[in-house]
Amino acid sequence: MATAEEIAAQEFSGLVASHRPQIFRFLLASTRDVDLAETLTQECFLKAHRNWGSFRGESSPMTWLMRIAINLQKDHWRNRRMQFWRHTRNNSVDLDEASEWLPSGESSAEQQVLAQERVRQVWRAVEGLSERQRTVFLLRYVEEQELSEIAHATGLREGTVKAHLSRALARVRTELGGKR
Amino acid sequence: MSFEDNFGGTPARQQKRAEEDLLDPVLEHTLANFRSSVLAWSEAAYSRPRTALAAAPQRQVWRLAAGWALGCVLMAGGVSGVFYEHHQRQELARIAAVREAEHQRQLAEQSARDEEELLAKVDSEVSREVPRAMEPLAQLMAEDESR
Repeated sequence: MATAEEIAAQEFSGLVASHRPQIFRFLLASTRDVDLAETLTQECFLKAHRNWGSFRGESSPMTWLMRIAINLQKDHWRNRRMQFWRHTRNNSVDLDEASEWLPSGESSAEQQVLAQERVRQVWRAVEGLSERQRTVFLLRYVEEQELSEIAHATGLREGTVKAHLSRALARVRTELGGKR
Repeated sequence: MSFEDNFGGTPARQQKRAEEDLLDPVLEHTLANFRSSVLAWSEAAYSRPRTALAAAPQRQVWRLAAGWALGCVLMAGGVSGVFYEHHQRQELARIAAVREAEHQRQLAEQSARDEEELLAKVDSEVSREVPRAMEPLAQLMAEDESR
């Protein structure tokens, strides 16, 4: 017969298997750095494992994990700003490389090029967003989370989430403006 | 279960999102493409061979070391530049002070020489211009001095 600890360990393994790709994806989109995204994903699940016993299920496990990931990402940027001399180089891939991953769903080559250019412009707009706007934008349009889920994950009020989202969208529209 | 199946958005959810955000079709299409590209990139990065990770920290260490070395060289260059500049300025100031002192000394010597010459000239002129009536007295004084 399995003990309570074994059951908790099994539950946590299931959590890692089902949510790890999504946490990694969010961190990758936030940092545009594969190595950093992997490191932060590891840290996220390490932290989650340490605190798994105190998780009360007030929000969904995904929201809880996302909250940890957002805080880790925030800490990372804060440390980076404070200790900029520790990192001599930014490992983030450039916007062109990030935009190359568009699956060829367009009917013609020209449309494919145009779609890639627009994706590049969205990346450019995302790069210019504040940390909170970027987080909210990615949770909404990449992770397709509801406003209430985003509010839970970020610790912001729903109205604030809407305001950040609106500003982020305005920036994307402006960036796309020249090509539409 | 694939990466996209796990977390992909349903058409109904996308429709609802578009309605809520009042997105125009071009923006909505672009955002969908953006999402697809992030999913594709993330899936490729997630399933890449992990052996590549082993080289990464070593690369970072080298970069860090190179960065430190470059920083140290630049800092040493800057500091020695400042010292050299300071030393040069001090040397120039010392040379200027020595030159000024020499110039002052030469001026003083010249002025002393001029004064002596002037006195000698005055002496000789005064002695030459003794009135004729006083000449016997002057001769007496000269004889007195010679004695």
